Amino acid sequence: MTSATTEDKVKTTASHSLPKEKLVDMLYQMMLIRRFEERTMQAYQQAHIGGFCHIYIGQEATAVGAVAALLDDDPIITAYRDHGHALARGMHPNYCMAEMYGKITGCAKGKGGSMHMFDKAHHMYGGHAIVGGQCPLGVGLAFATQYEKKNNVTVCFFGDGAINQGAFHEAFNLAAIWNLPILFVVENNGYSMGTAISRGTAGANDLGAKAKAYGMRYAECDGMDVLDTYRVFKREGDLSRGSTSSALGLEQAGGGPCFINCKTYRYQGHSMSDPQKYRSKDEVSEKKEKDCISTMVSHLIDNKLATQDQIDELDQKAKQVSRDSVKYAEQSPDLPKSEMFTDVYSQPYGPPFVKGALPKMLTDNNSGE
Amino acid sequence: MRTLQYREAIREAMEEEMRLDDRVFLMGEEVAQYNGAYKISQGMLDEFGPRRIVDSPISETGFSGLGVGAAMYGLRPIIEFMSWSFCLVAADQIINNAPKMLYMSGGQFGCPAVFRGNNGAGGQLGSTHSWCVESMFASVPGLKLAIPSTPRDAKGLLKTAIRDEDPVFNLESERMLGLGARGDKDFSRYIKDTWAPPTHKQDEDFTIPFGVADIKKPGKDVTIVAAGRPVHFALDAAEELEKEGIDCEVIDPRTYRPLDIDTIVKSVRKTNYCVVVDQSWPFASVGSEIAAQVYEHAMDDLDNKVIRVNNDDIPAPYNRTLEQEMLPNTKKIIDAVRAVTYNA
Repeated sequence: MTSATTEDKVKTTASHSLPKEKLVDMLYQMMLIRRFEERTMQAYQQAHIGGFCHIYIGQEATAVGAVAALLDDDPIITAYRDHGHALARGMHPNYCMAEMYGKITGCAKGKGGSMHMFDKAHHMYGGHAIVGGQCPLGVGLAFATQYEKKNNVTVCFFGDGAINQGAFHEAFNLAAIWNLPILFVVENNGYSMGTAISRGTAGANDLGAKAKAYGMRYAECDGMDVLDTYRVFKREGDLSRGSTSSALGLEQAGGGPCFINCKTYRYQGHSMSDPQKYRSKDEVSEKKEKDCISTMVSHLIDNKLATQDQIDELDQKAKQVSRDSVKYAEQSPDLPKSEMFTDVYSQPYGPPFVKGALPKMLTDNNSGE
Repeated sequence: MRTLQYREAIREAMEEEMRLDDRVFLMGEEVAQYNGAYKISQGMLDEFGPRRIVDSPISETGFSGLGVGAAMYGLRPIIEFMSWSFCLVAADQIINNAPKMLYMSGGQFGCPAVFRGNNGAGGQLGSTHSWCVESMFASVPGLKLAIPSTPRDAKGLLKTAIRDEDPVFNLESERMLGLGARGDKDFSRYIKDTWAPPTHKQDEDFTIPFGVADIKKPGKDVTIVAAGRPVHFALDAAEELEKEGIDCEVIDPRTYRPLDIDTIVKSVRKTNYCVVVDQSWPFASVGSEIAAQVYEHAMDDLDNKVIRVNNDDIPAPYNRTLEQEMLPNTKKIIDAVRAVTYNA
């Protein structure tokens, strides 16, 4: 690799050896998420999107940096602020937007909504809406890859509010005793809804202690810097990947689980209906000065890896793709009533009251007697 | 003639399915090195090893959620609750995640997992350990609920559950695990050919489909509907009532979800009287649901109201006499049958 030119390399806080194309793609992914989320907010305000809707703007570097460090078939799972993860994992923006519109063309046919982005083809095991509830599921995914002797690592994202849930601690414990290949990632934006982390979490300034309590590796990354995020996920992911446990009858190998504290910030409210009385406008604008997209743009320009024109072009593309996703969602057919009773069970049978029809014998008798 | 305990029938079902499919594993508290808190999984660690028979810590939220995640990935977990009473701390995983994943994901991720364990009163365990969960869970769309009452049903239903693509809750009973054992007072029933399951050699394809009720005792005068342990209370009652000249038909739905209402209604149309027995509490119980469906479908065939027999509406008491008294026991069923048939 000594022949690689300096132009193709990037120097940041840590040593990377990422090709230019990958860096540009990471910037584009972040731009796409931001522009997509702007359209999401607009559509929500126009009442095209219902229910609870949580915007990822500000935190783009976390999903993009993490996913960029993974193999295509590494399972990921997250909480309800999940549009960014779905897009970063490769879900087409059209399916993501259509899901929020409740359309049949949505990733979950319009049955899941904003908080439930699932994409089997891209190994995205969902957004999950109960805080912390996905942590044991992530452990199950990691258990399964270990069981099947796959060389994977599962990434389980959650917000800082999940740290206070029992499910979080049970998941940590199981992952540790079975040396599971999993990265637990707190997207630490400082607030669980309106409660600052210091008000709700004991030892909030030392989350590493929680990992230590379970004998687990701990790492921190700057969640506003996609390259730092990538660096940490690549390092820890490689350490955890394919871990096995003698407790489960396999040869003990690999670094097992790791807890990664991604320090990030969300620019918008907790959900679309959040008046944000719990933080000052100054705090928000101060955080925005260290924006993940601006940082990456400067980085690319400073290192002559991209021109301003190219960057504008990328942004135009992200805007266009986002606009197109809205158009696609608008033009897609609604979830038809015929879909109401499908996907309750894997086979189209079940208790009569589930199918909404009388048992056959009885209908026959009612009409025939 | 084959004799087999209920616990052995459960084990046999798991062993046979695990030999057929490497994706099937058993996880729960004390299932491996301890050989099962109730000896259900005795010997399974020796055959299948620690990869597939996994001792979990006391961590129901953690390991039941693990089961859901592993099932989403494509494995076929059997998650054992030492008691269904302990599942309550895992409510989010088993009520939210397991049964709704398929729907929420638009059909992409199902949950082919089995959750199984002891349900209902044991012996003087007090209120928190004596939960009957069927009425709580029967109203959850997306899951299936099996409640076997004999070794044959225990094996056949569990094999179906393990092969099923949907999450199945299998409700067993600590009080029935030894049924079929030599010396048990109910032993005589279990040496009936019809109450023992076939071995794998005798019938490789033995399973019992869900949603098919079993007529545990045919009769012409009154229909008694009961599932799980109360089936035996109902059979005891039927024996007593026979002496009074009342010929009871005992129908065991075997699964509450899906429910074979057809067989129940057919019986009621014949007998014109109906008593519904279930071991959960009366308000909004599975028994109430069955009674409502009987009214909906056979109102004109009934010659009296439907009578429900449930646990009394109290937390389970520790005191032995009172605990027996609160159950939907034989005496209560006899009284109900006499009343419903105007023989009181």
